[in-house]
Amino acid sequence: MSETQTPTGEPGAASDDAPSTATAAANASPARATGRRSFLPRLTLLRHLLILVVGAALAVLLLESTELNTNIKLGNVAYLAVAAGGLTLLTGLSGQISLGHGALMAVGAYTTALMLDVERGDEPPSLFLVFLAAIAATTVVGALVGVAAARLHGPYLAGATLALAVGIPGLALYFSDTLGGEQGITVRPPERPEWFDNAVEQLSGASGRGLNDKWVAYIAVACLLVTYFFLANLMRSRMGRTWRAVRDQEVAAELAGISLGSWRVLAFVVSAAAAGLAGAVLAIVVQLAAPGSFLPVLSLSLLTAVVIGGLGSLTGALLGSALLVFLPPWLIDIGRDVFDMEEAQASQASFVVYGLLLVVTMLFAPAGLVGTVRLALLRRRAARATAAAGGR
Amino acid sequence: MEQFLSLTLGGVVSGSVYAAFALALVLIWRSTRIVNFAQGSMAAATTFIAVAVIDAGGSYWLALVVALLSGLVMGALIERVVIRPVEGGPELNAVIVTLGLFVAIQGIVALVAGVDERAFVPPFSKVGYEVREGFTLLSLSPNSIWTVAAVLVTMLALTALFRFTRVGLAMRASAFGQEVARLLGVRVGRMLTLGWALAAAVGALAGMLIAGDVSFVGPTFMDTLIVFGFVAAVLGGLDSPIGAVVGGLLLGLALNYVRGYLDDSLLGMASLVILVVVLLVRPGGLFSTTAARRA
Amino acid sequence: MAEPHGSTASGQGAPAGAGTGGGTATASALLEVQGLTTSYGPVRALDGVSLRAEAGRITAVLGANGAGKTTLLRTISGLVRPTSGQVLLDGQDITRAPVEAMVHKGMAHVPEGRGVIAELTVDENLRVGSLFRGKVGREEFDRVYDLFPRIAERRENPAHTLSGGERQMLVIGRALLARPRVLLLDEPSLGLAPRIVAQIFGLVRQLVDSENLSVLLVEQNARSALSVADTGVVLNLGRVVVTDDARTLAADEDLRHAYLGF
Repeated sequence: MSETQTPTGEPGAASDDAPSTATAAANASPARATGRRSFLPRLTLLRHLLILVVGAALAVLLLESTELNTNIKLGNVAYLAVAAGGLTLLTGLSGQISLGHGALMAVGAYTTALMLDVERGDEPPSLFLVFLAAIAATTVVGALVGVAAARLHGPYLAGATLALAVGIPGLALYFSDTLGGEQGITVRPPERPEWFDNAVEQLSGASGRGLNDKWVAYIAVACLLVTYFFLANLMRSRMGRTWRAVRDQEVAAELAGISLGSWRVLAFVVSAAAAGLAGAVLAIVVQLAAPGSFLPVLSLSLLTAVVIGGLGSLTGALLGSALLVFLPPWLIDIGRDVFDMEEAQASQASFVVYGLLLVVTMLFAPAGLVGTVRLALLRRRAARATAAAGGR
Repeated sequence: MEQFLSLTLGGVVSGSVYAAFALALVLIWRSTRIVNFAQGSMAAATTFIAVAVIDAGGSYWLALVVALLSGLVMGALIERVVIRPVEGGPELNAVIVTLGLFVAIQGIVALVAGVDERAFVPPFSKVGYEVREGFTLLSLSPNSIWTVAAVLVTMLALTALFRFTRVGLAMRASAFGQEVARLLGVRVGRMLTLGWALAAAVGALAGMLIAGDVSFVGPTFMDTLIVFGFVAAVLGGLDSPIGAVVGGLLLGLALNYVRGYLDDSLLGMASLVILVVVLLVRPGGLFSTTAARRA
Repeated sequence: MAEPHGSTASGQGAPAGAGTGGGTATASALLEVQGLTTSYGPVRALDGVSLRAEAGRITAVLGANGAGKTTLLRTISGLVRPTSGQVLLDGQDITRAPVEAMVHKGMAHVPEGRGVIAELTVDENLRVGSLFRGKVGREEFDRVYDLFPRIAERRENPAHTLSGGERQMLVIGRALLARPRVLLLDEPSLGLAPRIVAQIFGLVRQLVDSENLSVLLVEQNARSALSVADTGVVLNLGRVVVTDDARTLAADEDLRHAYLGF
């Protein structure tokens, strides 16, 4: 018989939406928001809409107040965050790990690249169609992987998806005639509409050659906002609750008639769709789809973003993705200026930091950045409530 | 036919390295229920330490000893410092910690040694034996014999350790019944540390052998090996050292046929397919028994 | 550390013939538990439990499921840490000693669920029990096999092939190889046929008498336990309800109905 091995825990320190013992997979956003919101889900939707609008306004402000260089970086943050958002749903909500999201991004990126190949002379399809196709293709692959993954757990799932991450780039080499081999496929930049130039000129007065990069950055950020709006609603919905039940209460969920397998597959599919879109955006941001962009280390970086931000939290995934983009240049500068290293070598410092962050997060704050802060707030609120109750 | 023979022999050679690597994973899995995804990076690190010894004028054999010793130390340190706190906790946490080590150690290697691949001279000739007039078996060379023999000796030594020594018995007791072993006075913590140390040393050996086999080393050169080692270990059931060895050999053969008849670039995909099929059809591995095994 | 071992234990050959050491009737308890409190989170599994176990006697700890019996043994051997209270062995405080040190101090704990190591053979299981003592003579193993002939036949078989009764014999035999002075037995009767239970309890009694062992026996099967024990301690919801002579307890009808279920 296994009784719990940890005596002494603080009773009732946290409310039910944040577990008192923090585990990696126990940091999802609250299922049942307290009081008012619970019986009026429409308010949640409205709140998310409000956040969406505010987010859009902030994004315009950010993109217009920063230089082109930063614009491009924000585009990078956007596609990483889209993929990390999908991974957050999968790992944080459904409790499955994936080291193959980089490979799924490759599927989206190559689909995009095939449709927007510079060497194709014909009129390119609309970007919307391209993105849809990329999402569709990745969803199909994701469903296949998901069916296998639904029956695996923990280390088995990690190993299988790691094999996917190692295997998929190889396909690009094997089918080098269509997929361009090591060099990959160069992607044609999307046409930007005239109104965009005018609008930007009105806003910040920017014009000229850099506008194309700016347009791409806007597309990337728009994709991010739409994806997060969708994911946030999904996570708060009845479906989100079901996923949490599948993760935390396997037996109870099964007794309640929930098919664990299908819900796990569904989580993988939704998550893969996000990765596909992320890959598509990556393809137009860097204007290239090549196997070198999708090495296992990409998948591991995504995992880093999700874990250190806080598993299950979209805000955490966004913060983590920002770290992935803004940390390396800073470290490279240090490596070059202080230690006199070459850039390629100095760039490795960021991986050391990612790895150590993963370890340290798991050892000291398994709920991640956002989760730890939220947990601390909840504890304080609970303590205050207890004090108030006792004072009466 | 000649190609088939050559591919088969080559498969045995690379398979024995996969087997060593799988064995390292199994040693750790048995005792701590953790798959050490950092094994590849750790082996890359010890191989680079060996390269440094060779650069400083040391012989291959001295470098091998240093690599094995540094593996022992690294394995023990890692278990004590970062693995101990997540042992017995949620399995996802342990997975993420080993992945963090994977990335961090690889980064440290690249930071110290540079990102470029470098040549690695094997201890024996890699020229294949001429079995008869005009037919040279490329895959049968002095170095390939050394590779297989080194793995074989290691296996036998480990088997002897587990079967016939008191430490080996204590290690097995700790692996299969932690709580009972503690109640019987076995210092389980030390045994787990020792298990990690031994596993890392076996991984270090695999690193040296694979470096000799492909004639180069680089910070990421073990990335595929961690996948192959994992697949081989799962083939054998993850719990069984013998299974790991057989799984390694089978995988080596399968992948070498893929390499020979299809293409190098498909190895990753092929291992994924093998892994998924095994996990779905026989989750307990090819040789699973109905004994008390946790799925 | 190497405790001076009771001279009766060193008598080789069949233990049944050795003289009973229980006659001395010393007042000092070998194992003493004072005010032990253990909590799992907000739940108090043990609440100020005190008891004594003396040499040459079987002390039965009885009570319903969830009364705290298993927690008591796990706290005594250090698998679970108490929030307050003390465990004394020979008057020495061992409350915070590591689990691994318990056998060195002369205390063996046979956990609930017949803790055989399923993947090891019968013989290997026994050898694990004596590992901490260094080299142990073959004759000590033979003594255990003499005691339990049924497992002797199967010494090279993996332990998971044994029946429930055989497993119980194996774990008791394994604990004996640690040469304990105090033996903690957790639900040895669980899932066994009454005939086997009687056989095992008879053996335990024999060992206690011949080796001057002190046994702390945790049982839900109160009737059988009281028939073999000297003293009974009844636990309910983590507290000691009553401690008395085993025969007195067995005769107390109200108590039996209220707490012991027979």
